[in-house]
Amino acid sequence: MKRSVIGTIILLIIVSFVIPFTLTAQAAQEAAGERHAFVFKNTGNPYGEKQMEGFENGIEEQGFEAILRAPDLPTAEAQIKIIEQLIAQNVDSICVTANDYDALEPVAKNAMQAGIKMFSADSALNPASRMTHVNQADSEMIGRTLIQAAYDMVDGAGQIAILSATSQASNQNLWIEWMKEELKDPKYDDIELVRIAYGDDLRDKSVAETEALLRTFPDLECIIAPTTVGIAAAGLVISDKDLQGEVFVTGLGLPSEMAEYIHNGACPYMFLWNPIDVGYLAAYTATALSSEEITGAAGETFSAGRLGEYEIVDAGDEGTEILLGPPFKFDIDNIDEWKTVY
Amino acid sequence: MTERTIRTERPWSWKRFFFQWEWLLVIIFILIHVVNSTLSPYYLNINTFIRTPQSFLDKAFIVLPMTFVILLGNIDVSVGSTVALSSVIMAVAYNAGLPMPLAIVLCLAVSTACGLFNGILMVKYKELSAAIITISTMTIYRGFAYVILEDQASGGFPEWFSFLGWGNIAGFPVMLIVFTVCAFLFWILLHKTTFGRSLYGMGNSMNACRYSGIRTDRVILIVSLLTGLMAGFTALFLTSRMGSTRPNVAQGYELEVIAMVVLGGVSTSGGKGRIIGPILAVFIVGFLSYGLGLVNISAQVLLIIIGALLIVSVTVLNVRIRKRKKKIPA
Repeated sequence: MKRSVIGTIILLIIVSFVIPFTLTAQAAQEAAGERHAFVFKNTGNPYGEKQMEGFENGIEEQGFEAILRAPDLPTAEAQIKIIEQLIAQNVDSICVTANDYDALEPVAKNAMQAGIKMFSADSALNPASRMTHVNQADSEMIGRTLIQAAYDMVDGAGQIAILSATSQASNQNLWIEWMKEELKDPKYDDIELVRIAYGDDLRDKSVAETEALLRTFPDLECIIAPTTVGIAAAGLVISDKDLQGEVFVTGLGLPSEMAEYIHNGACPYMFLWNPIDVGYLAAYTATALSSEEITGAAGETFSAGRLGEYEIVDAGDEGTEILLGPPFKFDIDNIDEWKTVY
Repeated sequence: MTERTIRTERPWSWKRFFFQWEWLLVIIFILIHVVNSTLSPYYLNINTFIRTPQSFLDKAFIVLPMTFVILLGNIDVSVGSTVALSSVIMAVAYNAGLPMPLAIVLCLAVSTACGLFNGILMVKYKELSAAIITISTMTIYRGFAYVILEDQASGGFPEWFSFLGWGNIAGFPVMLIVFTVCAFLFWILLHKTTFGRSLYGMGNSMNACRYSGIRTDRVILIVSLLTGLMAGFTALFLTSRMGSTRPNVAQGYELEVIAMVVLGGVSTSGGKGRIIGPILAVFIVGFLSYGLGLVNISAQVLLIIIGALLIVSVTVLNVRIRKRKKKIPA
C-alpha cells in the first residue's frame, strides 16, 4: 500500500515536470545563429511588453533569435539571477532595463568578461556596466516638458506631486532631477512640489500612493507620473473619486491605457515615445555591437532598420547613449488614432 | 521480578530507511538534474554546480534556524524585514564613517537583537501566537529600515566586501563554504545535543516538556537568537552581492524560506522533520529555478511549478501521517 502511494506520487511529480517542459521544449532548441537577450524590469508591465515586442521584431527580421526575460518582481536581485543564467547560455548580447543603476555592476562585468555585449535600454546601467545605452528621449527634455505641462494645468500656481516608479529606477530619477532643475526658474515660484511618491511600477501600490497623496495634500492640483503604470493608476483614482477638473494628472502614459482618462478630463494631455521603437532600436544596437560594427564609443554610427541611421553620443553620466527621438504629445485630438497602436 | 526494558528506538530496517521523505527529495533532486540537462545544453558543466549556489544560497542561511522554529510549532515571518533592517543599518553606519569590519559586526548584532526581541515577546506574552508577534515585528523592522533610508539606496562598500558574495576560496564560492559549515553546526545542534532533543519534545507537547523540567523559555530564546543571527548572515551575503542596499531588499524571503522548510518535510504542526530535508529543498528549488531559467521559462510559470511542488509535498506528508494514525487502534 505504502509502496503504491509513493510510486503514484513519484509518477505525479514526473508528470508535473514533463508537462511544462514539453510546452517549452521549442524554446530550448538551439538556434543556429546569434542569440540576443532582453531583460525588462518586471513582468506584467504593458509598456515592457511593447518594448520586448519591438526587440523581438528587430532581432527576428535580421534572422536571429531573441530571448525575452523579466523577473516577477522589479528588483535588482532578480535581474542578477536572470543575467547569470544568460551568461551560462553564452548569448551574444544582453540588453537590460535596469532596476538599479549600480547593483548590476558585478554581474554585468562578469558578462562582459565572458565576451557578451552588455548594454542597457530605457533605464540605464552605470557606465562601468554597459557598453552603451539606448535612451528613449533626451532626459533633460522629458523633465522640463513635464514641469511645463504641470505649470500649464495648474494655471501657474498650486501644489504638485510626482508619482514615480521605484526609488532606484535610473531613468525616472534622472527625469526627476531635471524636473527639479526646471522648477528653479523664478517663473515657477508659485508652484510647490510637495512630495515624490514611489509606486514601484506595481498597479496596487501606485493606486495606494495616489490615494495617500490626495489625502495628505487636499489642495494638490497636479500629479506628474513619469511612468506608464503610475499615470494609469493616478488616472483611475482621479476618475473614481470624480476629481476631474480639480486634480490633473500628466506624465508618460500608454495611449491604449490612458485614452479613457484623456477623454474624461482626468488627464488633459501626456507624453510618450513609441516603446516598440525603443525595443527595435535596442535590437539593432545588439546586433551592431555583436558584429563589432560599433563598440559603444561616442561618434560611431550604425543603421537601425526602418528607423534609419543613428549616432552614439556622450551621455550626461560619462557613458555613451543613443537617443531615439523627441517625446510625442497625446491629447484629446489624437488619442483615438493612437490608442489601438500601443 | 524480571526486568523489562522499553525500547525507545525502533529497530533499523531497510524498508524504513528508504521510505523516508528525504529519499523522495533526493529522487526529485536527481530528477531535476536529469531533466535540466536534457533541456539545456548549457546545464551540465562544473560551473553549474559550483557557481550557481551563489545565486540562491543567501536565503538558505535562514532556512537552518527556521527549521528549528517550525519544529517548535512556531513560525517567524519577520526574517525578511530583519535582513532589510540589519543591511540598511550596516550601510548607513559604514557611510557615516564606521570601518567596514565593525559595520559587519553591527549588522550581525542588529539582526541578533531583532531575533532576540521576537523571542522575548514570545516568552513574555505566551497567549500571543508567534505568527501575530512576528507579523508585528515584520512591519516594525521594515518600517525602521524605511525611516532610516527612506526610498533611497546606500552602498559604496570597499572592494573586498564583494568577495563575500562573489569570491572563491580554492575554487569554491565563499558563500557555499560558509553555508556548509553552518549547516553542519545546525545538524549537530539538532541531532546530537539535548537542546535538539528538547526541540522535538517541545514541538510535540510544550506543557509536557515544561512540567518535566526543560527550560522551555530558554530554548525559545536561543532559537529566536539563532534566527536573528542567521538573518544577519543573509543580510551580509545579499548586500555583498548587490553592492548596495535599499529598505525593500529581501522582500518575500520569509515565505520562500518557510516554503523550503515545509518542502523539506518539516511538519508545520511541530515536532517532525530533520535538518537534511530543508537543506535538500534549498538546492532543489535553487537548481530548479536555475535550470528553468536556462531555457528562459517565464517567471510566472516558475512560480506555478514551485507552488505545485509544495502542494505535492504537503499532501504526501499528511497522507503518511493520517495512515499511521489509522493503524493505532482506537
